[in-house]
Amino acid sequence: MTRKRGRGVAAVNYPTGMNLGGDPTQALVHSTPTGNFMVTVSSVDLGQGMKQILRQICAETLGVPSERVVVDTADSDTGPHCMGTFASRGTHRAGNAVIAAAREARGVMLEVAAEMLEVSTDDLETDGAGNIHVVGAPAKAVSVTDTALAAHFQKGRSISGRGMFLVPRSYPSPVDGAMKPATCYAHACTVAEVEVDVETGEVDVISLKNVYEIGRALNPRMVEQQLVGGAWMGISHAIYETTEPYYPQRDHRGVDFNEYLMPGPGNLPRTEVVVLERPAPDGPYGGKGPGEMCANAPIPAIANAIFDAVGVRIDTMPFTPEKILRALRGLEA
Amino acid sequence: MAKIPLHFILNGEERAEFVDSGATLLRLLRDKTGDLTAKSGCLQGTCGTCTVLVDGAPRLSCITLAEDCDGADVETVAGLAAHGQLHPLQHAVMEHFAAQCGFCTPGMLMAAKALFLTNPRPSREDVVEALSGNICRCTGYEPIIQAVLSAAQVMSASGPGAA
Ligand code: FES
Ligand code: FES
Repeated sequence: MTRKRGRGVAAVNYPTGMNLGGDPTQALVHSTPTGNFMVTVSSVDLGQGMKQILRQICAETLGVPSERVVVDTADSDTGPHCMGTFASRGTHRAGNAVIAAAREARGVMLEVAAEMLEVSTDDLETDGAGNIHVVGAPAKAVSVTDTALAAHFQKGRSISGRGMFLVPRSYPSPVDGAMKPATCYAHACTVAEVEVDVETGEVDVISLKNVYEIGRALNPRMVEQQLVGGAWMGISHAIYETTEPYYPQRDHRGVDFNEYLMPGPGNLPRTEVVVLERPAPDGPYGGKGPGEMCANAPIPAIANAIFDAVGVRIDTMPFTPEKILRALRGLEA
Repeated sequence: MAKIPLHFILNGEERAEFVDSGATLLRLLRDKTGDLTAKSGCLQGTCGTCTVLVDGAPRLSCITLAEDCDGADVETVAGLAAHGQLHPLQHAVMEHFAAQCGFCTPGMLMAAKALFLTNPRPSREDVVEALSGNICRCTGYEPIIQAVLSAAQVMSASGPGAA
């Protein structure tokens, strides 16, 4: 059995979100009578932590503790419009929409508090702990709860806001086709080390070192969780996932995820993840999209490592034993 | 078709149900007892998300016949937290951010609990082996492995019988 080692590197420049006919997301924020806040969006949390991130963003913008915010990801039939959770767009698009909605709601909240305290809204600030007070005079304060109660029962006001974030459609230039499909880009670089068995064509990923530049990490532990899972998913895309790993006939192929091979807990390489933060000027508190792009850099890095190990270029995913053996045979011929 | 009467224990409580011959333990749990913690994934024994304990051993409930569980002691994730206290495994999953969508989590927890019953101080290799029948598409497994290892530590520090 001959196993050969190789190392490969790849870097990606990944647009946050996409741009087909414009890329919008909308959000609504409103307060309950006791001064808790509800964010309504149609963006979906599929485990990546969208609810937590939107909760933090809303709380930060309103100036209230995040425990006071509830996020309802509702239903795309009834909620504010969102293009969806894909293309690493969730945090950026929905986050910006939530900021806009929370700003408007904060404006109303401060107007009500200003009336209660008999001062101008310009003189008010929030303490982040559930109170609104006069700048420089923390004793002259009213709680967010009392403000909301007053809005509901005395002033007849709705502490609420509407938020909209749209990346408008970008048309390609008729001259050279250039366009601006995204407003910010995340970056990733991976160094992969692999072992290729030249008799069986099997590839083992030995180690994966990843550096990700994702804007500001709005929730560092959740970012790390995404990146660790995503780097692994990159390996899965690179050498496992296909509905027809070995069969030339379509009717022999797998028909669902059961036949769709993925690495298990015994197939883990040594993985390192390093996060670089360069806040995006148009991102919500500087955040870009870490979601999808973190799986991308490992794939070409593994392809390059295979080339380094055995001298064959596999240019279609996944890099199955069959493709590698055929390519090796091609080298001999 | 005649129904088969079944007596069994579910998370410490006695249960009596009638099941169809050939019905799976997963269907018994989800349809008859209302315990939805065992997930319905591949339904052919390949993903592990339906894992429950039957008499202390991990079983894929989607390919276990309900009628074979007469008199058995069945445990699901619903029985993990005792007296309102999360099980150390559940704590560890939180601490280590070891769940994203959470669909694999019940099966992972039960596979880990089964491991602890036979091997309270597992090595990393033991944990990997115990979880090798459980698929996760989100986490990349490492956080789950770390969570199980740390729960094992917490539990062996708090003495035998903690499982
Ligand atoms: S549902 Fe039982 S193993 Fe997948
Ligand atoms: S957390 Fe989603 S499958 Fe494991």
